[in-house]
Amino acid sequence: MFIEYKGALSIKGNLLFFETVAGVGYGEKVVVKYGGREIYGRVAALGEKVTLIEMLGETHGIGVDDLQVRFSGEPFKIAVDESMLGRAFDAFGEPVDAIGPIIAKKRVDIAGSAYNPARRLHPKEAVNTGISAIDGLNTLLKGQKLPIFALSGVSTDELVAQIVRQIKSGTEKSAVLFAAIGIKHENAEYFLKNIMASGQRHKTALFLNRADEPSVNSLLLARSALTLAEYLAFEKEYDVVVVLYDMANYCDALREVSAKREEIPSRKGYPGYMYSDLASIYERAGIFKEKKGSLTQIPVLTMPDDDITHPIPDLTGYITEGQIVLDRGLHQAGIYPPVNILPSLSRLMNKGISKVHQREANQLYAAYAKAKRAQMLASIVGEEEISEIDKSYLKFAKVFEREFVSQGNYENRSLEHTLETGWRLLRMLPDSELTRLKPEDIEEFIDGSEEQNGASRA
Amino acid sequence: MAYVSYICGPVVEVALEGESVKLYELAYVGDAALVAEVVEVSKNRAVLQIYENSEGMRLKEPVRFSGEMFCAYLGPGLLGTVFDGIQRPLEKIGDKIEKGTAVYSLDTKTSYRFIPSVSVGQMVKEGEFIGEVMEYGLVHRLTLPPGVEGEAVYVASEGEYAILEEILRIDNGFSMTMVQKMPLRAPRPFVTRESPKELLVTGQRIIDFLFPIAKGGTASIPGGFGTGKTILQQTLAKWSDADVIIYVGCGERGNEMTEVLEEFPELNDPRSGKKLIERTVLIANTSDMPVSARGASILLGLAIAEYYRDMGYHVALMADSTSRWAEAMREISGRLNELPAEEGFPAYLASNIAAIYERAAMVGTLGGKIGSVTIVGAVSPPGGDLSEPVTRNTRRYTNAFWALDRGLASARFFPAINYSQSYSAYAEMLKEWWIEIDEKAIELREWMLELLQEDSSLQKIVKLLGSEALPEEQKLTVEVASLIKEVFLQQNAFDPVDAYSSPQRVLKMAAIIKTVHHLWTRCHKEEKIPVDVLKSQPVITEFARSKYEITNEELGRYDELHEKIVKNYENLIQEYGG
Repeated sequence: MFIEYKGALSIKGNLLFFETVAGVGYGEKVVVKYGGREIYGRVAALGEKVTLIEMLGETHGIGVDDLQVRFSGEPFKIAVDESMLGRAFDAFGEPVDAIGPIIAKKRVDIAGSAYNPARRLHPKEAVNTGISAIDGLNTLLKGQKLPIFALSGVSTDELVAQIVRQIKSGTEKSAVLFAAIGIKHENAEYFLKNIMASGQRHKTALFLNRADEPSVNSLLLARSALTLAEYLAFEKEYDVVVVLYDMANYCDALREVSAKREEIPSRKGYPGYMYSDLASIYERAGIFKEKKGSLTQIPVLTMPDDDITHPIPDLTGYITEGQIVLDRGLHQAGIYPPVNILPSLSRLMNKGISKVHQREANQLYAAYAKAKRAQMLASIVGEEEISEIDKSYLKFAKVFEREFVSQGNYENRSLEHTLETGWRLLRMLPDSELTRLKPEDIEEFIDGSEEQNGASRA
Repeated sequence: MAYVSYICGPVVEVALEGESVKLYELAYVGDAALVAEVVEVSKNRAVLQIYENSEGMRLKEPVRFSGEMFCAYLGPGLLGTVFDGIQRPLEKIGDKIEKGTAVYSLDTKTSYRFIPSVSVGQMVKEGEFIGEVMEYGLVHRLTLPPGVEGEAVYVASEGEYAILEEILRIDNGFSMTMVQKMPLRAPRPFVTRESPKELLVTGQRIIDFLFPIAKGGTASIPGGFGTGKTILQQTLAKWSDADVIIYVGCGERGNEMTEVLEEFPELNDPRSGKKLIERTVLIANTSDMPVSARGASILLGLAIAEYYRDMGYHVALMADSTSRWAEAMREISGRLNELPAEEGFPAYLASNIAAIYERAAMVGTLGGKIGSVTIVGAVSPPGGDLSEPVTRNTRRYTNAFWALDRGLASARFFPAINYSQSYSAYAEMLKEWWIEIDEKAIELREWMLELLQEDSSLQKIVKLLGSEALPEEQKLTVEVASLIKEVFLQQNAFDPVDAYSSPQRVLKMAAIIKTVHHLWTRCHKEEKIPVDVLKSQPVITEFARSKYEITNEELGRYDELHEKIVKNYENLIQEYGG
């Protein structure tokens, strides 16, 4: 039904220059055949004489003469269906597990379109991850996009797997989509085992794209996963959480593709449109007024060289609604998860938690910030020289890191547990220091529980 | 007919078949009739920038040129509405913005009560008021568009009209409805440019008192992510004493626009008591919408702002963020294969930024009124680096500079305006305005800036050795400065009482702190009372709490507090003396 065209004008890297044929659309999906191999491609520029096709696969060993091109007449689409939960897919949305093909009624363009802000509903409901550093101090809301700024060599895989296992939006109809972007074979194994083998399997779908695949696939994979997520959330009323790991690989793929197209680079070689491109991923999260489901995003990115001002975390931070920042120092001190509370932030949390929780979080943050300053001072003038109050802060910081931030890899903490731990820690400080709390909070949570009070003050 | 001959993203080339095409002409491209603007013309070829996603477009698809520039539709019904960058009312579009959606910008069904102010046979000229309608609580004055002149041969009589019904016709055949079409790129003409001399009261103490902005002025807010740019912009949109607010969300988060849309209909304007949404026009080009419409979004905001200005209103335009607008310019420039200057930005970056900010002014309008457009632009410097091209060039063309500081933000000190980096050239021009309210105002301001300056240098020692290491006298300075910072400069945008401070209240608060400074110095000099004792008096705590308790209407309570503080320390001196 589609005509195949033979022979190309030239080929360079993964760019194929082809003589223009009538009726081809910009952005259209093409299939390039060479010696029994089939490679996907995409129309990247369309001129009267030459069509530029970007190939999305290995191009080594391909010549121009015997090459065949088939234009599909449509953009990249993937099949979407509820039966895709519990399965694993590649960047093109095709199953890679041994269970067989997907039977779906619907195929959707993966590019997506912009959400109408006038039809959105501002997020107001919390999602629990069972991790104190997130639930207690940087609460994630349904429909929010909250990234994790990770570091290489720090227990990111464990944290990501734990979040995927534990995340709960409180409703029955929930799903987690895990998009593994450009990850190593070893890590892929880890996630396959850890996530797909857990009890959450029937609620989880995995999109997997390995580091040695052509980099363009990374760009498609994130969009394929989000397309299925949108279908489940906005047509099938699921509360969907999408974990995108690792967005640094995505950005590097974007840079590579841009360089091949010979575009003018902006900072550190990344293309000038990286902000808009990332936005077209991150903004695909939210809730609509007249729809039941929700789409929550947890993008994970490894900060190159631990640098938060690097374009990848920087542009991400400008788009997402907060960030969870990991810290090498905490990791080395044996704290898991090594979340550094001070630069971490959830912009939307106050809309989804109680007033008391807000004040408690505020107080814990302020106390920890003060403790960090006391630590710095103590390291200069010596611990003996600082005031008594500062000494109690030093103690607070230690216990806070060890008992509040730190938790087991398989420990799923309830919100009550997290908040109670917080109060217990605040009881270590004199009441006069708790300026962010209201007198009634102090009465109820600090002075009220007498026996613990005496114990922890002693 | 002209047809598409090359496609690469939002840039298309069109082969012309004899059409005469003008630069920046509006065109409809392809079968889906996507909105586009001409950016380059030659004899038989034109380059167009499409304001929507061009995916799926084919060669040879037809292109229709409209014969006119890209225009804004101006008329009653703008207020309270949210538009996208090419002025489609978003309330009337579905959940997702599909390309090729065509919706008329204004509501054509609602009718307004028109009261004419000219009569048949009268000579009318450009900018003249020909009648008015009520748009929410605002008198919407209908003016004759620029360049039109003649004798009125028909004037609609007082009554209800829909916006597209004829309300005036003049002898040369020109007929007018309530809707005007104005090219986006052309500034609206005016008679005189007035010098800025009136404060745009924002209710934010650090801005109004230390780094003020005048009506008709320009300000930029540079700050990395998480430093509170958007909250500050939203706060300004809420409390500024402008008659009309244009809020342009340019390449920012969708949920932020949603927040404004959910919040503004609930909040009241502290002056008029009306809902905030009724004086606000929202323009949303969220970051996932086509980049090419990003440039248009700010120009659209300006066109609407100047339209209300010419009715004799003070308009404030908030653009969040101009960096995204500049980046969109860079992207399009790259696709047009233009030679890049710094960091890939085109060489005309500076002149385009100037073209935006120079449209801010206090003017005498063609209709003989005074109106103004104030522009406040947020800048998002990559990595928080203030030396990058967009921040640097914005700084050149704006007179007030409110630098947001990550250190302050992470100490949860809001607004996180760094008082040693920020400045405002309007402080000098607005002296008279402040003196009118209180003749001591200028003296107070200078005292405060000086003290903060002194504190900045002392803070270096405090950081290293702790405040215990300072001699009493310097400790006193540090403590007074901390009072200024914690009580005066820090302002909680979410607290109903603290969110807005009237200029009178600002002065009362500043005066109390100056008195405290004076009293402490006396206590120290006369009786050597330790600073630790001075600062821990309960009256100080009471003062610190007062910003959440004493409203703008009960300023008398500040006078009482002022007296109480004076008495407290006089007693203390006596105690120590005795």
